[in-house]
Amino acid sequence: MTHYAMVIDLRRCVGCQTCTAACKSANATPPGVQWRRVLDLESGEFPDVRRSFVPVACMHCANPPCEEVCPTTATKKRADGLVTIDYDICIGCANCIMACPYDARSIVHEPRYAYGDAPIASEAARFDPARLGVATKCNFCQDRIDLAARTGQVPGRNPEVTPACVNACISGAMRFGDINDPASNVSQLLAQTEHFRMHEELGTEPSVYYIWDRK
Amino acid sequence: MSTALPHGPNRIAPRQQANWDWRAASNFIAGGSGGGLLLWTALVALHGGDARLLQAGGLALIAAGLTCVWFEIGRPWRALNTFRHFGSSWMTREASLAPLLFVAGLLAVSSGQAILAAITGLLGLAFLYAQARILAADKGIPAWRHPRCRPLVVATGLTEGAGLLLCASGAAPRLWPVAVLLAALVALRQFAWRRYLAALANDGAPAGAIRALRRIDARFTWGGNAAPAVLALLAAVSATPLLAVVAGVLAAAAGWHCKYTLVCRAAFTQGFALPKLPVRGRGTSGAGIKPGWEKSARRLAV
Repeated sequence: MTHYAMVIDLRRCVGCQTCTAACKSANATPPGVQWRRVLDLESGEFPDVRRSFVPVACMHCANPPCEEVCPTTATKKRADGLVTIDYDICIGCANCIMACPYDARSIVHEPRYAYGDAPIASEAARFDPARLGVATKCNFCQDRIDLAARTGQVPGRNPEVTPACVNACISGAMRFGDINDPASNVSQLLAQTEHFRMHEELGTEPSVYYIWDRK
Repeated sequence: MSTALPHGPNRIAPRQQANWDWRAASNFIAGGSGGGLLLWTALVALHGGDARLLQAGGLALIAAGLTCVWFEIGRPWRALNTFRHFGSSWMTREASLAPLLFVAGLLAVSSGQAILAAITGLLGLAFLYAQARILAADKGIPAWRHPRCRPLVVATGLTEGAGLLLCASGAAPRLWPVAVLLAALVALRQFAWRRYLAALANDGAPAGAIRALRRIDARFTWGGNAAPAVLALLAAVSATPLLAVVAGVLAAAAGWHCKYTLVCRAAFTQGFALPKLPVRGRGTSGAGIKPGWEKSARRLAV
């Protein structure tokens, strides 16, 4: 059974936010909403100071607390590992936002535009009223994954069916693929490296892995 | 443990959640008090008392809380979708209890039958428990998901209900049983509160959440628990209605303040943490970081 996962090599990430921009472009999220963003962490004290960049978004947990608490079944976990939201069912109660330990979800109640009260042409063209008053988040570019199921292409290998952030990453830090396939790029990468998942102690079993060293 | 500074507005450290405001808090405040009140009025009815007015009050509180929530949700006209996930969502379970509770409650109020009051009381307790579980299931808020938050929310709901009952009992010929009940419940609530605070500090929680809870600690302990306990016992001994009313109001108001703080002041998000810093530059990894948490080091061991 296919289970899509993302592997992010923290050693490679340079914090350029290209994935953030690609996500905004691909998903037309309004100002103030970032389905993907890159954390910029400074740690330590002079002279032992470090800076780390950590791309974060929905972790598409295998045991998603958002799905458990959702009173409407709008949030669902698919067999291929994607956690999705049905905008036609969601009531915007925000219980899923409280349940998500990854700060991955947003609700926008009123239209927001980049320049004042009126949309620019591109915003008007892509405005989706179904997204108002409901929870939204990264969906691993669900449409592309669904396209792969129809065309036989391989997410993570063929760009047309790979999440926009992964395609856009300039340093090759982000990889995507089927973690249940031992030959996939993500499985191979995880086999060769030391990695962790965010907040593993909470039992959510995220599908996003962070590499911090080689084995 | 290294220190870590959030660099820019990128929400690394825990922050107070901004999606549930006073309207959501009102549901926990009014719904919890209403559930507790329905339970205690059921006992009154089982002992032959006429508590129908108070039962109506309990139902009104729960209705008011649910109405507040209705005004908070993004798509209020889809509210009936709330009933679709009984299998795992405590919000669905809470919502499903409401119609049962109102039917039983209205029948109890109109008929005055003790058995219906008892059923309503049990449903009120279940409603209160469901509210506690809603908070417990929200893993993104460390102060809510802590296992000791649940008993506190139940204990304060029961205490608030008893406080409201004692207010109404001020005019009754025998108020001492309710006064003693309230004194016992505020003691229980204080016990749950202390255990909760101690466990949060010991197990680790966002510093902002602990600060917000500590800020109300003295007020809650002395004004919200100790004072009503003493006043309730004095009222029981002296049969002074005014003391009973003051004790009841203090006990209820303290519970509301506590729940408002839980939802609107101490509901800090999880934030982000790195159990290991990536190997780059000098070729060595660094110690983990967990910005914005108190006592988090032992959770970071990989």
